[in-house]
Amino acid sequence: MGSLRVQQRLAGQANGPGPMMHTLSEAFPDTATDAAAVGFVLARLPRSTAPILWVQDRLSRKEAGRPYLPGIGTDRPLIMVDLSRAADVLWAMEDGLRCKALGGVIGEVWGDPAALDFTATKRLAMRSEAADVPCWLIRRAASPDLSAARERWRIASLPAAPHPHDAQAPGLPRWSLDLFRSRRRPPGQWVATYDRAADRLDLAAPVRDGTLATGDGAAGQRAAG
Amino acid sequence: MERWQRVMERQGNAPPDDIPIVLAREGHHGPVIHAANRAARLNGIHPGSRVVDMRAICPELQVEYADPAGDRAALDRLVLWARRWCPWTVRDGEDGLILDTTGSDHLMGGEAAMLVEMETQLSLLGLSAQLAVAPTWGAAWALARFGPVRAICGPDEVGVKLGALPVTGLRLDGETVLLLRRLGLKTVGAVMDVPRLSLTRRFVKAGLEANPLMRLDQALGKLAEPVASVDAQPRFRVQSRLAEPIFDPTPYLPELCENLCEALKQAGQGCRRLHLTVYRTDGDVSHVDVATSATTRDPGHLHGLFRDKVERINPGFGFDLITLEAGGVEEMQERQNRLDGGSDDDLHLTRLVDRLSAKFGPRAVTRPVLRESHIPERAEGQVAALAALAETGEAVAKERPLRLFDHPEEVRVLYAVPEGPPAQFVWRRQTHRVARYAGPERIAPEWWKDRPGTRLRDYFKVEDQAGRRIWLYREGLHEDGRGGDPRWFVHGCFA
Repeated sequence: MGSLRVQQRLAGQANGPGPMMHTLSEAFPDTATDAAAVGFVLARLPRSTAPILWVQDRLSRKEAGRPYLPGIGTDRPLIMVDLSRAADVLWAMEDGLRCKALGGVIGEVWGDPAALDFTATKRLAMRSEAADVPCWLIRRAASPDLSAARERWRIASLPAAPHPHDAQAPGLPRWSLDLFRSRRRPPGQWVATYDRAADRLDLAAPVRDGTLATGDGAAGQRAAG
Repeated sequence: MERWQRVMERQGNAPPDDIPIVLAREGHHGPVIHAANRAARLNGIHPGSRVVDMRAICPELQVEYADPAGDRAALDRLVLWARRWCPWTVRDGEDGLILDTTGSDHLMGGEAAMLVEMETQLSLLGLSAQLAVAPTWGAAWALARFGPVRAICGPDEVGVKLGALPVTGLRLDGETVLLLRRLGLKTVGAVMDVPRLSLTRRFVKAGLEANPLMRLDQALGKLAEPVASVDAQPRFRVQSRLAEPIFDPTPYLPELCENLCEALKQAGQGCRRLHLTVYRTDGDVSHVDVATSATTRDPGHLHGLFRDKVERINPGFGFDLITLEAGGVEEMQERQNRLDGGSDDDLHLTRLVDRLSAKFGPRAVTRPVLRESHIPERAEGQVAALAALAETGEAVAKERPLRLFDHPEEVRVLYAVPEGPPAQFVWRRQTHRVARYAGPERIAPEWWKDRPGTRLRDYFKVEDQAGRRIWLYREGLHEDGRGGDPRWFVHGCFA
């Protein structure tokens, strides 16, 4: 699968003439401390100057740290909400999705709380689609149970691309993406290379059976969310 | 005395009415009587005399100790409770309330009806009151204590009404009253008749408490004595009187919010804070305050802010009056920035922040900003979510992680060279083998902020065998004279 076609599918160009509505997606990091999921979510958010509502529960903050503004960049203002319970996180996200001025809503929920059931995710998904605001749930230490999220990703870090100037330093980050459930497109697996300076996400099919992927390193478009 | 009686009744050991009881306080020569009940007063006991003397008069006297601080606190609460009649109330000494009822008596059907209602409400609280209406503070003070029951004094009859009262009605201290008595001036009228010049000469150096002339002028309104209320009068306030006490103000809130917003709209103002006050039947008040992040006068939004707060009201035995006040009133103009009459999006954002702050507290909703610092945890600061940004620092040109831990987590490290990068480290009981690394980036302590002895940090971005990119640092150098061996910490995670 060539990276260009994947790109077009991700951007929703292949399905119809209009751009795809924003909706609720879930990201499951491989390990709790892996920041690849956060990087992927930030890369998928549409590029604008609209503020982002970022809701964290207490365990996520303690175990996986807080978003660090110098690393994220200041082009989009962040509104951080630090809460203690998962039910409050869902409440705040749902309230945020009523506000069309936001550029995105990101929620971090630790584990599998009882409050995060099918009904809660369905509410989030419908609100997100009604307001056309992308909504992401980052779920650490969680099992992918029943959920109404339209897209569900499993994300892990891969060894980085070689650094152009320093052989022993890690270069551009690489992630393994596994879209294991999706309502709009066939699921698939990719290896993504993210170029922060150009804000460009290159996708390639993962290396299987020791053969090299054809599209690795090829020029791709930016994945517009 | 009556407060004590009520406390005793609540505890279930109230004494019968016919036992003489006094409350005592410490005086210069042993305890003196602070207050006495009716049975004690009938036995000839009067406040201010010594307890031992009164025991001689009345051997079966029971003595309890008074609680002046508690009385004062109760009176302060009563001051706020008395706002139900007028907006300006203040505590007067140890045993009085002054209400500036100018312009609010007609709401109660005239001054006489107002006094009757006040007495009824206070007696429902178990308090007896001596009430008077007068044009000045001094005249009201004197008439309430020494005048007829529920005295009402018009502006032009102050002199006549005051003239018959004893000189103690002039709010003078004991020595001056004694002096005036010795001079033969027994009533206020007698003091008025004395030529001003001689009185001025006699009391020229006396302070306000000991100067009958100044007190007389205050009572007659020749000397101004304004009522300085406890806090400023709210400009926008609506209230709803209830027929009987209720416990839940929720059904009345939408109408109150609408009325308040209508008043604000008429004046072209908006508010930043709302104070909901309920006046309880047991003489107490409960408050709920909410705040907004931007000036607003949208009744639906303001009502929504109270959604979960109303439960925090302590209704006691119910309340019969609800008021809603607007605080932080600012000028506000309706702005229309779209041709089809829609409002701007920014407004919705402020409402969102309001709702989140009202539910979770203002400290939970923040906005990170950059600060001028090289120390990673100081390079980011928190401000209120919609605060205007005064000045923000520049982002550091070096690569920074996406996630930062609030508290750096110490790790055990194996290294090849003491000054070099780690070869392997144990973090959260998992062993990470370092495959690649970048660094070190040395960050020196900020000597103008840090304590002496703070060690420098060498930051490494390392990638472990699974591809996770972690930011860790070594605190200090070997043998830098600032403690033992350097320690290693994980501080963040890269994407």
